[in-house]
Amino acid sequence: MEAILNFIGDNMEMVYFLVLAILLGIEVISNVPAILHTPLMSGANAVHGVVVVGAIIVMLQASPDNYLALTVGFLAVIVGTLNVVGGFVVTDRMLEMFKKKPKKS
Amino acid sequence: MSIHILEISYLIASLTFIIGLKMLSHPDSARKGNLIAAAGMLLAIIVTLTLYQEFDSGKALNYGLIFLGLVIGTIIGTIMAKRVQMTAMPQMVSFFNGMGGACAALIAIIEFQHHQHATVTGFDGELLVMLLGLLIGSVSFSGSLIAYGKLEGKIKDKVLPFNQAVNMILLGTIVVLILIQMVSGSSPVLFYVLLGLALVYGILFVMPIGGADMPVVISLLNSFTGMAAAFGGFLYGNKAMLTGGILVGSAGTILTILMCNAMNRSLTNVLLGAFGGSAGGSAKTGPGDQTVREISISDTAVLLSYSQSVVIVPGYGLAVAQAQHVCHELEKLLSEKGVEVNYAIHPVAGRMPGHMNVLLAEADVPYERLQEMEEINDKFANTDVVIVIGANDVVNPAAKNDPSSPIYGMPILDVDQAKNVIVMKRGMAAGYAGIENELFFYPKTRMLFGDAKATLQKLTAEVKEV
Repeated sequence: MEAILNFIGDNMEMVYFLVLAILLGIEVISNVPAILHTPLMSGANAVHGVVVVGAIIVMLQASPDNYLALTVGFLAVIVGTLNVVGGFVVTDRMLEMFKKKPKKS
Repeated sequence: MSIHILEISYLIASLTFIIGLKMLSHPDSARKGNLIAAAGMLLAIIVTLTLYQEFDSGKALNYGLIFLGLVIGTIIGTIMAKRVQMTAMPQMVSFFNGMGGACAALIAIIEFQHHQHATVTGFDGELLVMLLGLLIGSVSFSGSLIAYGKLEGKIKDKVLPFNQAVNMILLGTIVVLILIQMVSGSSPVLFYVLLGLALVYGILFVMPIGGADMPVVISLLNSFTGMAAAFGGFLYGNKAMLTGGILVGSAGTILTILMCNAMNRSLTNVLLGAFGGSAGGSAKTGPGDQTVREISISDTAVLLSYSQSVVIVPGYGLAVAQAQHVCHELEKLLSEKGVEVNYAIHPVAGRMPGHMNVLLAEADVPYERLQEMEEINDKFANTDVVIVIGANDVVNPAAKNDPSSPIYGMPILDVDQAKNVIVMKRGMAAGYAGIENELFFYPKTRMLFGDAKATLQKLTAEVKEV
């Protein structure tokens, strides 16, 4: 128990960060019209592609003779990039459909 | 010096994610918001590549391979995203989401290799974070691919015997193994067993959920991947990964709930309800024995031309047939004849919320013609003809008057209030929820069988003649 508390205490900055970011995420999304649910989901999908940064860091740290890490890391970079690039492009294509038009209600 | 630039760049990237998501939730700014978030992502990747240094050795390695990976991913991702049909967007999102989950899981695998050499006494928080990243990433990966396969029609809805029980046991086993792993210290065997179990769990988790609920599941898996990315960020103390991941994790969860609300169902109901479990070829009772009445294209044309008001209810069938342009043409033609034509948009028509809006916007249908469910439901009583094009569950009266129906409680378009209902369908197959629709057997309903695009083309030609 104490060990867990210590771990949290050592990472207090991160824990603050976590809590505030969760609240921010909830706040940012509320009040979204149903038409935008899917593009928003797709956009959010692209944003979590930021995980590719982690894959790059893994690769930067791997020593050139650690073939296992290199192979797995290489794969991680590819799939991560797929997530980012594919995600943003698909979202853009969806939103392209909502062309700017005089909006009357 | 460069470390500060790196940190500041991550801060900027985090801000673009927040602003981007915020802008994505308003129709006018959505596209710009997406581009802003993309620019932030590019910045995060570039500064990581150029400024991140292995602080121990002072140098970073393997640039060639990283670059190659980035290029391959970019090329494949762009081609896939550019080529995909508008109708196939949801499964594309699911596929990319699965890739993100895989990336998080792969990172956890490598970090575990490093971690094994470290000796930790007491509570090993880093190991826990790694395990959670691995498990959530894996579930998201296999689950997303199943969701992708289901929407592509490659995987059929299947409810395995005792599926829910098996899932609970599997989940319980995973939790127990995590605890064992945490107490006994890192064991590679246990680690890979956990990886395998998580992959299986992802498959079984999505397998029994019906196609109509897939967008909700994809949204949920999306927030899972967000969490997995956040765990990765925690591992490296990387703020950009943390913000991006947590933001998507929490925003994705809220979005999932919003989607459920749009269908008037709870998340547990979606996940455990096994929608359409008793579907398909079950005994033909009640309306199944009745016959439907067909209508010819020329009769339809006359009926439409002499109506005061017509409401078009588009559904997934319109999207599949790519009939949005013809549909718009018919609507213009009728308007020229003095008929008031509107579209009734059910919030979950099609395979994703907003699907119909996107589709009709592509065909240049004016915004003001698209009416939301709440506003148009009062108008059906004064409508002469409702044309239902490839929609089924969203107009099923069972949602109102059959408490045993799996879609009971879902708000529907009250098309049965209109004077005439014409249903365009390819055949008598059930809708995606796999249930009968008694609307088709109502006395005022007429069926117009055939491919939506071909039928609409013929109909448009006939209307011109009238």
